[in-house]
Amino acid sequence: MRTNYRWISDVSSCCCLCFFSVSPEQIKNLHKRFQQLSDNEETISRENLEKIPALANNPIRKQIIDAFFDKRNQHQNEVGAFQEIGFEQFLMVMSHFRPPTLKTTEEEREAMRKEKLRFLFNMHDTDNDGTITLEEYRKVVEELLSKSGAIGLEAAKAIADAAMLEVASTNVPHMAPDDFYEGITFEHFEQILKGLEMESRMHIRFLDVDTMTMRCGKSKS
Amino acid sequence: MPSRTGSHSPAGFGKSLPERGLLLLMVLVFLEGSVLPLGAASSPDTSHQTNLGDHQGTHTGPNSTKKPFPVLAVEYDRVQIPFEISLWVLLASLMKLGFHLIPRLSSIVPESCLLIVVGLLVGGLIKLAGEEVPPVLDSRLFFLCLLPPIILDAGYFLPIRPFMENLGTILMFAVVGTLWNAFFIGGVLYGVAQIQPANPSDLHQLELLPCLLFGSIISAVDPVAVLAVFEEIHINELLHILVFGESLLNDAVTVVLYHLFEEYAGVGTVTLLDGVLGVISFFVVALGGVLVGAIYGILAAFTSRFTSHTRVIEPLFVFVYSYMAYLSAEIFHLSGIMALIACGAVMRPYVEANISHKSHTTIKYFLKMWSSVSETLIFIFLGVATVDGPHAWNWTFVTVTVILCLVARVIGVVGLTYVINKFRIVKLTTKDQFIIAYGGLRGAIAFSLGFLLNQDHFPMRKMFLTAIITVIFFTVFVQGMTIKPLVELLAVKKKQEAKRSINEEIHTQFLDHLLTGIEDICGHYGHHHWKDKLNRFNKKYVKKCLIAGERSKEPQLIAFYHKMEMKQAIELVESGGGVKLPSAMPSTVSMQNIQPKKPPPAKPVERVLPQLPKGREEEIRKILRSNLQRTRQRLRSYNRHTLVADPYEDGFSDLLIKKQRMVELEKKMSNYLTVPAAPPDSPTMCRARLASDPQAYSMKPVSDSVPTIQVDLASPQSPDSVNLLDEFRHAGQQQPEVEDQGLMMKPPSGPSGPNKPREADEARDQQKLMRCLSDPGPSADEDEDEPEKIKKKKSH
Repeated sequence: MRTNYRWISDVSSCCCLCFFSVSPEQIKNLHKRFQQLSDNEETISRENLEKIPALANNPIRKQIIDAFFDKRNQHQNEVGAFQEIGFEQFLMVMSHFRPPTLKTTEEEREAMRKEKLRFLFNMHDTDNDGTITLEEYRKVVEELLSKSGAIGLEAAKAIADAAMLEVASTNVPHMAPDDFYEGITFEHFEQILKGLEMESRMHIRFLDVDTMTMRCGKSKS
Repeated sequence: MPSRTGSHSPAGFGKSLPERGLLLLMVLVFLEGSVLPLGAASSPDTSHQTNLGDHQGTHTGPNSTKKPFPVLAVEYDRVQIPFEISLWVLLASLMKLGFHLIPRLSSIVPESCLLIVVGLLVGGLIKLAGEEVPPVLDSRLFFLCLLPPIILDAGYFLPIRPFMENLGTILMFAVVGTLWNAFFIGGVLYGVAQIQPANPSDLHQLELLPCLLFGSIISAVDPVAVLAVFEEIHINELLHILVFGESLLNDAVTVVLYHLFEEYAGVGTVTLLDGVLGVISFFVVALGGVLVGAIYGILAAFTSRFTSHTRVIEPLFVFVYSYMAYLSAEIFHLSGIMALIACGAVMRPYVEANISHKSHTTIKYFLKMWSSVSETLIFIFLGVATVDGPHAWNWTFVTVTVILCLVARVIGVVGLTYVINKFRIVKLTTKDQFIIAYGGLRGAIAFSLGFLLNQDHFPMRKMFLTAIITVIFFTVFVQGMTIKPLVELLAVKKKQEAKRSINEEIHTQFLDHLLTGIEDICGHYGHHHWKDKLNRFNKKYVKKCLIAGERSKEPQLIAFYHKMEMKQAIELVESGGGVKLPSAMPSTVSMQNIQPKKPPPAKPVERVLPQLPKGREEEIRKILRSNLQRTRQRLRSYNRHTLVADPYEDGFSDLLIKKQRMVELEKKMSNYLTVPAAPPDSPTMCRARLASDPQAYSMKPVSDSVPTIQVDLASPQSPDSVNLLDEFRHAGQQQPEVEDQGLMMKPPSGPSGPNKPREADEARDQQKLMRCLSDPGPSADEDEDEPEKIKKKKSH
């Protein structure tokens, strides 16, 4: 038990280097869950996550699992994919889902929003080229409608086309007939989703109700 | 110099529209004021039947002299009640009309205030005429006729998502907030009433229970007033749903408290047992109301599944079931408002999937119309009832009430927000709290509840009514008028006017699934998890029962997409066809720009057109002709009970089959068919296009060249545009109908499904389907039925 707590405090302290504001309580709960998923090992692999029964009904299951193993989500400026991840990386991915507090300033909100949008963008941009092409977007919509049978597949193409057209029209309104819109860049992505207020919507209530969190930097050292 | 005498110069008569409107208003008010007393004076309605009988008796008596046959007789009694009702409704509607003709006025003063003033005027006129003011805000009339349309409108169009997300907060404000208000106001009033031993006033008679009853009547935020005021200030969705939701859900609390105190006010004491029973009663009232509403909602949804052959009465089911839900809840003293809300909210997704587009429009406009008239009438009646009295003005009571209402509201909101913010993710800021507190308007419900009080049990009834009216006036006039400038001053976030885009919808769904997945990975059963479970249950079992046909399997994203396309098609046709949509996308981007690298699209130039082999031509002609025939057949069968056939409803699967056929056809034809670009259209073209499917064709006198067409994918649009075709047909236009049924002509720009590319294409290249259609081919007689225009244009 002692080793666990020490390890947690180590993790928390190094998480302070990143922009983290999860309370020790939450970290403990997540660690428990991590142990559960990994069968008490140090790392989890994709198989561990795929075994979760509740995820079976989720149409975008594969993308979610891939996001955990995506190096881009670790804020280390690397690309590629892990085979296995440790608790630190697990927490890092989870940190994308923290909610803003009353004390979050306007710039912090902006940064949070960018971070969350980046996470979504990475989920769509599977080939790492910095843009979401029509094919990738089609794949996204297809996955979303994958549980709906044949109707879904046919309409997915039309919907993806329409969506892409909308992005292009709003961001680059005047294109000559010969111009070609390669794909949705991150700026365009931000632009079309700015109405959704990501920082308020994309969050999970971690396992306790107390959302008055402490910044790691102040509590541990 | 304009002449003084004789005819006025045009400038004199050319009063501006607002001034004319004002004049009209004055005339109407006088009219109303004069006719009603006339009606009241003619004869008492209670016994006019017997009177008539007597008169007839005397007329046929042997000693009556023979009068000449009355050529013109006046008998007002028979039609008095419907006549007066219609007159009131007419007045209300004309008032509404009038206010909007005077733009400056309606931007400063909210409509509700103006209407109350009009009511005061009318009431004053009636009193001046010496007649008895009709008891217009009679509680039965109010609760059974005037209130339900407004609530149904609110419930049917309730934005479910924000409502559910903030349900906890709303319930806290509605239940705890109202309780706090009621007890605080009642208690303090009782205390104040007791503290004047020096000059014995009426107030000493006031006991605790009547005070508490008064407190519970006055403390409820009124949905009608909130709707009326908040609609004009366009505040952001969160605040709107918080205040509005609170006003709807506090009905249960009000009902329970009202009945509890009214019941025991006579007895004089309320024991602990009664208190406990009251709490239980609250749950019964609230949950019972919701249950009753939900049951009727499911019934309505189930009924709408079978209405595909009787589309005309579809809206009726929605209205009648909802009203029945309200009445059924009222039978058991359950919360009728919650029943209505539950009914509307439950039935809406299923009913909308089942009913036709026209029924949907009908429901929407009827609800808006009724609720609008109702609201107007309520405010006017409030004014009239104020003039009527009876009043018993007591300075202390009234001023203390007004002050207490404000103070209680502020304290309640601040206190509750402090607690709520601990549980909320998106916290409520001070600005939000201020708006919530300031938006707690009281309205006609409070007055009607007060009106219902029995004079014997409550000797202070008149005083109560006066105080209630004063509070209503204060909140509606002062708070209603100042909330708009305050919102501007505080720079509160306003409602985002942006349309829901397909990208946002995709990502909303994506986010839902993502968050559910993350919750599952965390092992945390949060509300995303349960929402997902509910959705899956809904999809698996409920939708199958309640939605007819193929639509039951349609995922939400696709439904949204089709709705969006339909809307755009309608806009396109309304804007005159070929003209580009002015609003949404002023851009030249088309599918062409999006498609991944393909061989460059063939520029639409004049080129040598290959001859069509005879067989192909025949095939094309047959297809086109058969489509046209179908249209004409549809046209001929029309009677009052079946609307012109709505192709969109003929089945979703038909649509898909058609699409598949078109794809195959396209593959066959795209090899050797192209169309040259069209020069801009003549005016007759434009007119023709208005009535017909805009993407279908344009009529042009062309050369003898072989008709060539490139068929492209049917967009899911086209059947819907035929929908509109039908409407235009009704307008009596003699336009050629080109039933398109998915056969679309486009410049060779690659396969493209959706609607939007067409807009760009429209402007650039027009198609000449007409050429093929007018080509008589072997059997020319079939074209005879076609309206002349095609033939004429065909002139070579």
